[in-house]
Order: sequence, then structure tokens, then C-alpha cells
Amino acid sequence: MISVRNLTHQLGQQTILDDLSLTIPKGKVTALVGANGAGKSTLLSLITRLMKLQDGQILIDNMNVGETPNDALARKLSILPQSIQLEPRLTVRELVSFGRYPHAKGRMQKQDWNKVDEALTVLDLNELADRQLDTLSGGQRQRAYVAMTYAQDTEYMLLDEPLNNMDIAASRSLMRVLRELCEHHGRTIVIVLHDINYASGYADNVVALADGKIDQEGTPLDVVDSAFLHRIYGTDAKVHILDDRPFVQV
Amino acid sequence: MGENDMPVKRLSFLALLLALSMVLYMTIGSRGNWDFVLAFRGTKLLAIIAVSVAVSTSTLLFQTIAQNRILTPSIMGFDALYVLIITMMVYFFSGQGMLSFGSYGLFAFNTLIMLLASFLLFGTLIFEHGRDLTRMILTGVILGTLFRSLTSFATRMIDPNEYAHIQIASYASFNSFNTELLYIGVAVIIACLIFVWTIRHRLDVISLGYDVAVNLGENVRTVQLLALAVIAILVSVSTALVGPVAFLGLLVVSIAHLLTPSPNHSTLLLSSALISCIILVGGQTIMERMLSLSTPLAVVIDFVGGLVFLLLLLQRLKK
Repeated sequence: MISVRNLTHQLGQQTILDDLSLTIPKGKVTALVGANGAGKSTLLSLITRLMKLQDGQILIDNMNVGETPNDALARKLSILPQSIQLEPRLTVRELVSFGRYPHAKGRMQKQDWNKVDEALTVLDLNELADRQLDTLSGGQRQRAYVAMTYAQDTEYMLLDEPLNNMDIAASRSLMRVLRELCEHHGRTIVIVLHDINYASGYADNVVALADGKIDQEGTPLDVVDSAFLHRIYGTDAKVHILDDRPFVQV
Repeated sequence: MGENDMPVKRLSFLALLLALSMVLYMTIGSRGNWDFVLAFRGTKLLAIIAVSVAVSTSTLLFQTIAQNRILTPSIMGFDALYVLIITMMVYFFSGQGMLSFGSYGLFAFNTLIMLLASFLLFGTLIFEHGRDLTRMILTGVILGTLFRSLTSFATRMIDPNEYAHIQIASYASFNSFNTELLYIGVAVIIACLIFVWTIRHRLDVISLGYDVAVNLGENVRTVQLLALAVIAILVSVSTALVGPVAFLGLLVVSIAHLLTPSPNHSTLLLSSALISCIILVGGQTIMERMLSLSTPLAVVIDFVGGLVFLLLLLQRLKK
């Protein structure tokens, strides 16, 4: 369980997060949605210690972010940052093997390589394993990054807008992989999404942010409707229910 | 990750090439008393190798913490800073006053100031603007010019006789080097290399960028500070021994990336050190023995290294 208590974050004069409290349940896919500038990425960066905590408290199970050593947290939660600029000559296998660093500290044992192979198989990257990153498509590269966080073998995986620059096939396949990781490998997934339809199509929980506060949270069916879209995004769109999941007519 | 994927063949080839250039350096054109020749040339060879490895290692470290492959400590003005510190010492304390420190004490004192100045000037720069290449280059060029101008201003003010104290550190020369500091310098360099080798995996992780390194549990700032300290010490030693070697580091590390492409610092540290030694020992053999010193080696290296710098810069700007 990730529990966020009274989180306030300011950049200069601007308040990005305003006394925000939130509990993210274990073993579920939770989607963070909201308009641009609502504070989604800041929230994720604070949970994953990419930004320094100003005010408030974040607990991951019983680990206090900001007090727990960096490498202990790296075995507890992993993050896929929004923009990664990596050494283009790195091969997929080399990249994925970095996921073992929090455990192996550079001295890779047999079980570490087994975990790397498992990550490559789960993310269907075996054929691309020895290709260099700059020869891959955007979607394939994103899968390779996810494979690295898979190999990191953490209970919590947090992803910041992983569907950017991905076409519909790559996006769907990545979301299916995340659901699979949650359902069959017991991972807790927290994902920042722009497209509300991916959130309602794949997430167990939707958390909506507006102006640095939680606007609403619950199952997609509870949260997503026309009034919600109007309030959060300021747009009027119809919402259809299909197989118990709401879909926005875009 | 791991050392099992080192390009052993290429590294052995480089080692062989280095052994060959060392043998040639020691033997070509030697006449008469072998005891004298070996001792005389051996000391020179030791100085050249120590400086080569110091330059290649400091450049590789700097490129890792600054996250790019174009900038080097000399382009950022590290060695110009060291020369400025020595010149200021002479200016304020006079050459006689400096001698009372003893050469070891003086060297330690200069290195300490160098460490502090590097943290102040380059530490904040890397922390705050490390990703902004244009800003880094501009700042480096401006700092370098400032240090050199201050140095040349101070040298005009001091007694010409005292200028001898700063001459070795001011111009790159592989023939006249600081023999007094050679052994202590070599010891310091070896200590630095051992330390760098122990943090090589941490450097691998840092080279993936801030976000990914934090995700993998590494304390990025700590490693950057450690690396910056090692860079400052290595630049101090190599500048004190033979003077500033402007584009050598860039040239050597670029060749290393070309010959042994790898994300592992274990590979890159070895290959860049080997290439650096080959270029200086081999180059010195050719210059000193075959062309009888008609052109200083530093000029040739700076010419080729400068071209590489321009090529890399143009390539990067095209993207």
C-alpha cells in the first residue's frame, strides 16, 4: 500500500500539490488522470524520490520515502520516467540487465541472468535481445524499458505516461502486459495516463487530480462520466458503457 | 553489465601495441651504456604513462558525470585553473616563499585549492545545468579564457626569474617534466585509479541519466562529487608533471568509444588508458627518435584532437 499524507509541493510561487492525501491499494492497476498541469507527474516523482519532498509524508508499505536508503527503495519500487535518454549503443539485454543493479550491484549471478531472461520473455523481447536501442521503434524501446523495471523485481511499478509517442497497437500491447504483470505476477502498477479511455479500459482504480488536489477516486465505472469530463478537462463528451467499462466518445 | 562481456581480443591487441611502442621507445637509437639509457628513458616513460592514464581517466569520468561525449576537463578549463593557482602562488608568495613550502607541501596545497575551486565552479555547474550542453560549452570557454588571461596578466607582473617556477606547468612538454614530483605523482594517480575501479559499476549506472540512476537506487550526487574530486586530483597531478594537454583526453576517449563500444566503465577505463599510452609513448618515439624533435608532440595531438572536437560538435548540432 502506498499512502500519501498531506503532501504539499511548491515551485516558486506556484502550488503544484495542495495538501494531498491518497491511498493506493496493493495488487491493483491504478491510473492517475487529470488535465495538463494538475500535478500527476509531480506526485509520481515525489513518490519515486525523483523530486525532493517538501512537506508531507509518503509511506510505501512501512518504508518512509526520504528516510529509507535509496538502494532499499530501489528493491521496493521501480519507476519508468517520462523521458529517458539513454546511450543509444546499449543493447536490449544490456539495458534489461541494469534492472538487476539494486540486487547484484554489478556482480551478476546466475539467478540475476535468469531474471533478465524471464523479463525478456514476459515482454516478448527475445528476438530483439541483442539489438541496439537506436535500431528499435518507439514502442519496442518502451517495452525494453518496461523489461528493465520488470527485472528490477519490485512489488511496485510506477510509470509516467508510458504511452507517449506510441501507436494504438503498441499502446494496447503495453497495457495488456501491465495487466498481466498485475494479475499473474502480483505487481502493483501505478500509471499516469493522458488518454482516459486507456485508464477506463485497463485500470482497476482511477484517481483524478485537479489543481493539485484529489478530485475523485474509484473504479472507472464510478468515476468516468460526462459530468466528470466536464469538470476535470472542461470538455463535453458522451460516455458509453461497454462490458461494465465506460468509454469516452472522442 | 558484468565483466564477462569485455572485448578481450581488442584489449589484448591494444596492450600488445603498447608493449611494442614501449620497447621501441626504450631501444631505438640508444648507444653505449645500457644502465644509463634504461634509467634515463625509464623515468621519462614512467612520467608519460602516468600522465596518459591520468588524462584518459579524468576525461572519461567527466564525460560520465556531465552526461555527454564532447566536453572534457581541459575544455572546461580545469588545467587552466591549476596553472592559474600556481601562478597566483608565485605572484603572492614569490618563488622563494614557495620553495619554503617544499615541493611536496606546495603540490598538496595547490591540489587542495584545486579541489575546492572545482567543487565551487564546476560542481554547481554540473548539478544545475549538466544537461544543457550549450551552456556548459560556453561557460567552459569563458572560464578557460578567464583563467588563461589572469595567468598571463600575473606572469607579466612577476619577476622574470620567478617565471621558471611555473614554466613546467604552463606548457605541455613531454621532454621537460617535473622530476621532483614524479614518484609522489605516480602514487597519487595509482590511488585514484584503484578508487575509480571500485566505483566502476556505480559509474555505469550514473551514465544512464539521473532518473534511471535514482530508480536503480544510486545516489547520483554522491557519485558525481566523488568523480569530481578524482578529476580535480588527476588534473592537478598531470598538469604539475607535464603541463596542460588540451585535446588529448577528448581524442583518446573518442577513439575508445569507437574501438571498444561498451556501456561498461571497466572496458572503457582500460581501453582509453591503453590508447592514451599508445598515442603518447608511440607519438613520443616517432617525434623524438625518428623526426628528431622537429615538432612538439603536444602540437600534433592538439591539432588532431581539435579536429575531433569540431567534428563531434558539428555532428551534435546537426541532430
